[in-house]
Amino acid sequence: MTLVTEQSTPVRVCAIDDLVVERGSAVLLGDVQIALFRLPDGAVHAVSNLDPYSGAHVMSRGIVGTRGDAQIVISPMHKQVFDLSTGECLDAQGKQLRHLAVWPVRRDGDDILLLPGPGATNTTEEH
Amino acid sequence: MIDHTKVAEIVVVGAGMVAHRFVESVLTRADSAVRITLIGDESRAPYDRVGLTSYFSGVAPEDLALAPDVFADDRVEFISNDRVIHIDRAARSVRTRSRREFRYDRLILATGSYAARVAVDGSDLPGCFVYRTLDDVQSMRRFVARRQAELGRTLRGAVIGGGLLGLEAAGALQALNIESTVVQASDRLMSAQLDFAGGSMLRQLIEAKGIAVRIQSRTTRLDPDDSGAVTALEFENGDFHRADVVVFTVGVRPRDELARGAQLSVHPRGGVLIDECCRTSDPAILAIGEVANFDGRCVGLVAPGYAMAEVAATLIVGGEATFPGFVESTKLKLSGVEVASFGDAFARTDRALDVVYSDPVAGVYKKLVLSDDAQTLLGGILVGDASAYGSLRPLIGAQLGTDPVAYLMPEGGVDAPSGQLPDEAVVCSCSNVTAGRIREAVHEEGCTDANAVKACTKAGATCGSCVLMVKKVVGQELTKLGQDVSHALCEHFDMSRRQLFDAVRVAELTTFSAIIERFGRGRGCDICKPALASILSVLVGDHVLDGENASLQDTNDHVMANMQKDGTYSVVPRMPGGEVTPAGLVTIGQIAQDFGLYTKLTGGQRIDMFGARLEQLPIIWQRLVDAGFESGQAYGKSLRTVKSCVGSTWCRFGVLDSVGMAVQLELRYRGLRAPHKLKIGVSGCARECAEARSKDVGVIATETGWNMYVGGNGGFTPRHAELLASDLSDEALVQAIDRFFMYYIRTADRLQRTASWCEELDGGIDGLRAVIFEDSLGICADLDAAMARHVDNYEDEWAATLRDPDKLARFRSFINAADVPDPSLAYVPTRGQLRPATAEERASNSVVIAGTTLAVRS
Ligand code: SRM
Ligand SMILES: Cc1cc2nc3c(=O)[nH]c(=O)nc-3n(C[C@H](O)[C@H](O)[C@H](O)COP(=O)(O)OP(=O)(O)OC[C@H]3O[C@@H](n4cnc5c(N)ncnc54)[C@H](O)[C@@H]3O)c2cc1C
Ligand code: SF4
Ligand code: FES
Repeated sequence: MTLVTEQSTPVRVCAIDDLVVERGSAVLLGDVQIALFRLPDGAVHAVSNLDPYSGAHVMSRGIVGTRGDAQIVISPMHKQVFDLSTGECLDAQGKQLRHLAVWPVRRDGDDILLLPGPGATNTTEEH
Repeated sequence: MIDHTKVAEIVVVGAGMVAHRFVESVLTRADSAVRITLIGDESRAPYDRVGLTSYFSGVAPEDLALAPDVFADDRVEFISNDRVIHIDRAARSVRTRSRREFRYDRLILATGSYAARVAVDGSDLPGCFVYRTLDDVQSMRRFVARRQAELGRTLRGAVIGGGLLGLEAAGALQALNIESTVVQASDRLMSAQLDFAGGSMLRQLIEAKGIAVRIQSRTTRLDPDDSGAVTALEFENGDFHRADVVVFTVGVRPRDELARGAQLSVHPRGGVLIDECCRTSDPAILAIGEVANFDGRCVGLVAPGYAMAEVAATLIVGGEATFPGFVESTKLKLSGVEVASFGDAFARTDRALDVVYSDPVAGVYKKLVLSDDAQTLLGGILVGDASAYGSLRPLIGAQLGTDPVAYLMPEGGVDAPSGQLPDEAVVCSCSNVTAGRIREAVHEEGCTDANAVKACTKAGATCGSCVLMVKKVVGQELTKLGQDVSHALCEHFDMSRRQLFDAVRVAELTTFSAIIERFGRGRGCDICKPALASILSVLVGDHVLDGENASLQDTNDHVMANMQKDGTYSVVPRMPGGEVTPAGLVTIGQIAQDFGLYTKLTGGQRIDMFGARLEQLPIIWQRLVDAGFESGQAYGKSLRTVKSCVGSTWCRFGVLDSVGMAVQLELRYRGLRAPHKLKIGVSGCARECAEARSKDVGVIATETGWNMYVGGNGGFTPRHAELLASDLSDEALVQAIDRFFMYYIRTADRLQRTASWCEELDGGIDGLRAVIFEDSLGICADLDAAMARHVDNYEDEWAATLRDPDKLARFRSFINAADVPDPSLAYVPTRGQLRPATAEERASNSVVIAGTTLAVRS
């Protein structure tokens, strides 16, 4: 994974208890929409809210689950499957692979913080 | 052969479909060092030209891109937007338009073809297009949009050339809402593939689709209007035909000019001459794809091109392979019109026989060409019903094994190809995948479905016409392995839905976590979570958003609305039986107007309002609930609508009160969750204006009571409902439907409608009758109790949600900005209402309205 190099200050977006376990929430930072997911083990993941296949900002509204060992979210539009921790597309439903950008999530007590700016992708393909 | 001591430099000219396949093939095989430079003059990476027409049905150019992983390989350099203009054979190098030079050890020409225009005056006027590249179709679409706005009326289009491509293009024009006419010089459509009888039948079918056909018409000039754009065609006989858009599909010409310039041997009618190893007259240069002329011919199909790519790749890596020659098999890709032609369709083989089946009323013409002993299939033509294409094409050159007539009978008559295909039969001709290769993928590479086989062998990945056949072969092989096609719900549960339903019921578990811990593994997915939500809804009956339930729901059930393409939702209030008061109509109209929602009547006799944003749903529903409306569950796998006709209340033929009964039934079963959606229809007499027999339950009034039909379906596989019982009283009807629905809910598979459930039911309709009316399984008391519980527990989901602040919190657009609309939404007015802007409209930035009318929380 490449690191976000741009210097920016983390922003508080919500409290941990605002997040429902295994159901996403959208966050708006400037123009950027991010989808936050809280998992049963307490982990919180942040990926792009833009579904790269449909072009709609709906990832936060997908079903959360697992595929093998991976924690996943499934696009509510056309069911592409993404790994929540890497943003990697695990099932493109026959389309070309496109991945989700991911953001590091910081916790400060009960607060959930995100770094504004572009997310990182772990591949060279467009997202 | 390549010198293995140094890096072999391979230059590929042309970055089309065949070049892409060649590069892919070399990369997977080369065990010595190669460097490949791929030079293409289009502005994008190789894409699926065969699928070009899907652009007009909304497929984005990016989605047509061919697998990009080859460009990620560091042995490959891809140069787009540059054209090779010169080959220096002595220096073994090529030069491009931008003056770059590339040295090669092996040069591959994969330059494809030009689309030809008719050489007449005016063929270059604005409004005239060829149909070959993404650039072509994009500029055509732009022109049409502009011209439509300019002229303010429906455009007229002409496609010159009535072959495969021309008919596809005519369909594309129709998709753009243009009146289209196909102009053909010869005496019939698709004259390269069809005989006269087949071509004439096809003409009937095309005309029935609303596309006009002119045969034996030679265009002599095109005329411009005052603006300079094309406006009419003139024909040889003096006729005149209006057209605002003209598409030329009169054939292709091999792009062999580079080869000519380099003095390679070229066929007099065009095409770079190759031998069976794809070598040109200079052995350092190979030619593949449409530009290559083998045996005196160039063929405009992708399958032989792919075969050449494989041959050339084999040669490059030091192996041996030969191109077997062309097999011409094609299927028309125009929706609603089935045409296929394969092998020796014109019976040119010595002493060939043909067997013909023709049904002019049904619009079907089929011909098989056989060897003189009527044993071996040589080719054929299928017009109007090409369902046998998938099974016949692989049999070319093989023994038919059954009476050929069996293959010609109408669909559904005889299941002709039930036997096994020989291993060497080619199932997917685009990628040249044999039945044997598919079997290998199943047995040795662990593929268990058609998708896995596609990933593994590329069968079905190009034109898709073989997919059903691939599925069939995979199914047969799995059965052989004793893996009779797994019933496991998904990777998290080994049980089928029916088994899971029973397991949950008997174990009396009420949460997802408890169920998956006891019977499954992992944390679920989009298959098992909604299925369990549905099962729990029937067995426990809690609100969709109660506790853990909420995380199980499909996105639609989660917000109790249907997600649309741009991420907004549609809102469908229930209108039982299709009955609505004028005051109700006014309320709906007012709400739609206040929120700027697009409205439309649904096929289910109610009103749909589109474009509501997530954070608007509660305020919209508050107003609907206040006015007495309830959720229509248009989103759930649950009862949808009970369609009614007006019945005895008004209709002079009606014998019973069909609206009254429809309302009663809709109110009884509203909110009932099921394996798939449920629909009912009630008609007031045998004229059947409510189309009840196309519903899961159809109720039709007679002088002596209600007739009840079950297992009907519209949709993808229509089926008429079958008569279950006649002359029922109101009470008997309701009880029978209660039992029918509950029995179905308990035992059906996930996403299995009642139609296919009825078909697979042990004992068929008689068995079902015994269960429902004679209690042959002893479960009726149970079924009745379960339905009574549903009726007692019913509460409108929306009313309940509006009372509960925790549930309402789910409707924030952003967790850190609860009421801010999604800033990416954009709309365009059409016929007086708003609709989502297309990607192109957004890009052009001209007609976009951001967001819908802002509503104020009241
Ligand atoms: C809105 C409506 C079209 C319209 O504007 O008229 C519609 C819209 C959709 N239909 Fe339908 N169907 C609508 C009437 C029908 C009908 C006609 C009818 O009910 O009389 C049929 C054929 C009858 C039948 O079901 O047998 C119909 C057969 C389907 C099918 C095919 C089902 C099948 O068994 O093959 C699907 C796909 C599916 O469910 O898997 C489908 C799926 C859909 C979906 C859910 C597609 C989707 O996933 O987005 C659409 C969502 C609705 C939305 O966003 O609001 N729709 N759909 C109609 C809503 C009726 C209503 O008031 O609730
Ligand atoms: C609308 C449509 C539908 C079709 N449907 C089917 C179908 O159903 N079944 C089927 O089998 N076939 C179909 N075809 C035909 C199929 O697309 C072609 O047979 C196939 O694309 C040929 O591949 P190719 O690589 O030889 O040529 P192309 O795909 O044409 O690729 C050649 C590429 O080389 C480039 N080029 C040419 N000269 C140079 C140069 N000097 N320097 C750099 N680049 C150059 C061209 O711009 C082009 O991008 C269809 C075609 C169209 C247009
Ligand atoms: S089905 Fe019969 S009762 Fe109903 S509207 Fe038609 S004719 Fe009238
Ligand atoms: S025949 Fe075209 S994809 Fe298989």
